[in-house]
Amino acid sequence: MQYVMKNAVLAVLVCCGCALGQPQPTSLAIRNARIVTVSGPVIAKGTVVLRDGLIDAVGDSVQPPAGAEIIDGEGLTVYPGLVDGLSTWGMPMAAAGRGGRGGTQPAAPAPPPARGPEDRPATTSWIKAADQIQMNDRRIEMARNAGFTTAVVFPTQGIFGGQGSVIDLAGAKPEDMVLVPSVGQYISMIPQRAGYPAALMGVIAYVRQIYLDADHYKLVKAAYDHDPRGMKRPEYDRALEGVIESKRILLPANREVEMDRMLRFAAELKQTAVLYGMHEGYRAGDLLKKSNATVLVSLKWPEKARDADPDEVDTFRTLETREKAPTAPMVLKQAGVKFAFYTDGVDASREIQRAVKKAIDSGLPREDAVRALTLSPAEIYGIADRLGSVEKGKIANLVVTRGEIFDDRTKVEMVFIDGVKHLPTPEPAGRGGASTENPGERQ
Amino acid sequence: MMKFLAAVVLIVAPLSAEVTVIKNATIMTESSKGTIKGSILVRDGKIAEVGENIMIPQGATVIDASGQWVIPGIIDCHSHIAVDGNMNETSVSVSSMVNIKDVINPEDVAIYRALAGGVTTVNVLHGSANSIGGQTIVIKTRWGKDAQGLIFEGATPGIKFALGENPKRAGNPQAGRGGAPVPLRYPATRMGVEDTIREAFNDAKQYKAEWDAYDAATKAGQHPIPPRKDLRLESLKEVLEGKRFVHAHCYRADEILMLIRIADDYGFKIKTFQHVLEGYKVANEIAAHGAGGSTFSDWWGYKMEAIDAIPYNAALMAKKGIVVSLNSDDAELMRRLNTEAAKAMKYGGVSREDALAMVTLNPAKQLAIDNRVGSIEPGKDADIVIYDKDPLSTMSKVQKVMIDGNKYFDRDNEVSGRPQKELEKEKLMQEQDQQQKKAAPARRPQ
Repeated sequence: MQYVMKNAVLAVLVCCGCALGQPQPTSLAIRNARIVTVSGPVIAKGTVVLRDGLIDAVGDSVQPPAGAEIIDGEGLTVYPGLVDGLSTWGMPMAAAGRGGRGGTQPAAPAPPPARGPEDRPATTSWIKAADQIQMNDRRIEMARNAGFTTAVVFPTQGIFGGQGSVIDLAGAKPEDMVLVPSVGQYISMIPQRAGYPAALMGVIAYVRQIYLDADHYKLVKAAYDHDPRGMKRPEYDRALEGVIESKRILLPANREVEMDRMLRFAAELKQTAVLYGMHEGYRAGDLLKKSNATVLVSLKWPEKARDADPDEVDTFRTLETREKAPTAPMVLKQAGVKFAFYTDGVDASREIQRAVKKAIDSGLPREDAVRALTLSPAEIYGIADRLGSVEKGKIANLVVTRGEIFDDRTKVEMVFIDGVKHLPTPEPAGRGGASTENPGERQ
Repeated sequence: MMKFLAAVVLIVAPLSAEVTVIKNATIMTESSKGTIKGSILVRDGKIAEVGENIMIPQGATVIDASGQWVIPGIIDCHSHIAVDGNMNETSVSVSSMVNIKDVINPEDVAIYRALAGGVTTVNVLHGSANSIGGQTIVIKTRWGKDAQGLIFEGATPGIKFALGENPKRAGNPQAGRGGAPVPLRYPATRMGVEDTIREAFNDAKQYKAEWDAYDAATKAGQHPIPPRKDLRLESLKEVLEGKRFVHAHCYRADEILMLIRIADDYGFKIKTFQHVLEGYKVANEIAAHGAGGSTFSDWWGYKMEAIDAIPYNAALMAKKGIVVSLNSDDAELMRRLNTEAAKAMKYGGVSREDALAMVTLNPAKQLAIDNRVGSIEPGKDADIVIYDKDPLSTMSKVQKVMIDGNKYFDRDNEVSGRPQKELEKEKLMQEQDQQQKKAAPARRPQ
């Protein structure tokens, strides 16, 4: 709460500054810093000027404007703010459990088990993450500490979870945080405990039926709009409205078999798809390249469960996947597959840093690791014109570190979100990555 | 690098064979040729020639099968392997909207084990929890291919029906067997099973009429709004149109007759009765309907409705003119369907060739793929199994399996490759145990 207050004050100050022409500095410059622009070459020593929440100038010969607040960037590196490609930061926790209509209201009674696709089971496709933001989610602060300024957050309950939104990880009120309210539909392949669909093939059949229904709905609506006289009005269906509104779909795929299945499925549905998960991405470079796939790689690398039965012998594939999953980013990079990272329930800044470092240690060049958390997610969601790199005119979301980002000893010195500076806060010790829902984990 | 190369060779190998000759074998052709001593010429994935004396073309790969036996690839008309997730969409009594094709898992090791038991074609069925279950698919056991690569091209897809205890038990609240209580679902009686099937086909007929009217109007140059496409009824419409085969799980004579009456009433055919343990009691009626019977060799008494089963069922049904196959319904039994066939010789005195046909040519006929597989004849797919001994003996072992002329299983390679695989696995296990030990102490104090 304290944090929110501080932000509010800052934001108010900045707003007053621009609105009233007060003498408070409206621009800020980081001088003499190393700048990793991501979109272009690294600037060994240069200046970034932020103004009104945007990047006003960047370069090695840029002069800070008069009256600007100056930060000495000697020994510091400036990166674009990190972007979590699929996140639940700021999303309400799932108290209602899965399978519910309106599953985000904790108090909602469990709906009766669905008896078919017509009951629209586990569907809240009309919900937008932007309308669900809980600013008091501690994970938002933790994410900033790790250098994140932005996240693509999704309602992840159910089969059609809802529409994702790109949000900044700071703001005086939820509306301030929203960059893009709807960027795609979150789809999971989790069967229901009670009612339809109870099997994976049922989930697939349900999703297929929804898209068939959506096509039909559009036809009927168009006909009615054209000439309503003598025609029964089409029944309003919010599930279909939500699906039709979604620009792209996110589909889960950890195993290679699932990648193949989901790519074919997306093609059949004629939807732009982003696959998330990718544990077996190390096997699938060719498949993904051939299909021109866009993927989100989970930073929650598969591990043996701590409470695993010691007598249980893992399959060769399980062992191999644990060993090789962190090489997936390198394989994807080499194959030329468009990919970004997502945190997948890894929230503590130290854990995130370790997880990214593991991919780097497994062969992913550091600049590609940075790209997979900045420009690539921006490109995947079609917002690279405003986010993802240190470029003039883009939103002033930056992370400033002492040392190379993702190194063990590197410290995040500060982040800028919409041009507003945030300093890292002390994190409670021992809070590991164990947390919330793990999209793509429970298939 | 060497390891990488080896991996590439392994992947490419099954694609390379173009002309292969298997010579000096005892060949049970399951064709009019009967059992002969001779050779098989395989060209471009098809059987080109079968005979006692065959010219070996230059450059052909020659497999000397002296003292060995060769049979057509085994076909299992009832299996649930290679399925991701639950094989039953239990939530509804008619789950005809779901499709096994959507959830093929080409990495299920049961595929490889079946292959190693000589099985080359499999009818993969939805489970039996629903009066009308999900859509089914015929695959070949092309181990190493992706899901699409397994599908038997051009084979007519099917749909699973189920009668009797299984669909009614799925609707019974006591079916949880000590676990979580299963929500009540209609039907809970045999009468209800019949009713759900009839209701579904009432809907399907109406649905078909709507689409037929739409198609007629479109043909007449009109532009009506198409009816809503309903996946549940779409597959039943295909059944009514004869484009999708019905494979019906059943046990008792009365329910078999019941389903035949439904089929007659609604104008469709049952392609196979599956299990059909009391088929011997109503064999005339099944034969008259034109359905096949795919049964167990000698499973009985495992539940009330299986109490009247007899091991002579296969032979007795065959005598009445029914095309009979023996199936596994089980990934383990699937590996030795050859000896399941042999049991038909013991129970009912079926000839060697006719017994083997119950796991080769007959299931091919039941799935209407006998133009492609099921016997060793020129023009058919080169799906071939080589045994070291008489395949109808429990002492025989599969040596090599070929599908479409490509070798997918080789016992020598399998056995000699094991120590290396064991070693690699051991190494990974040790590494990960150590990693876990290293990580564990750091986490404890909190």
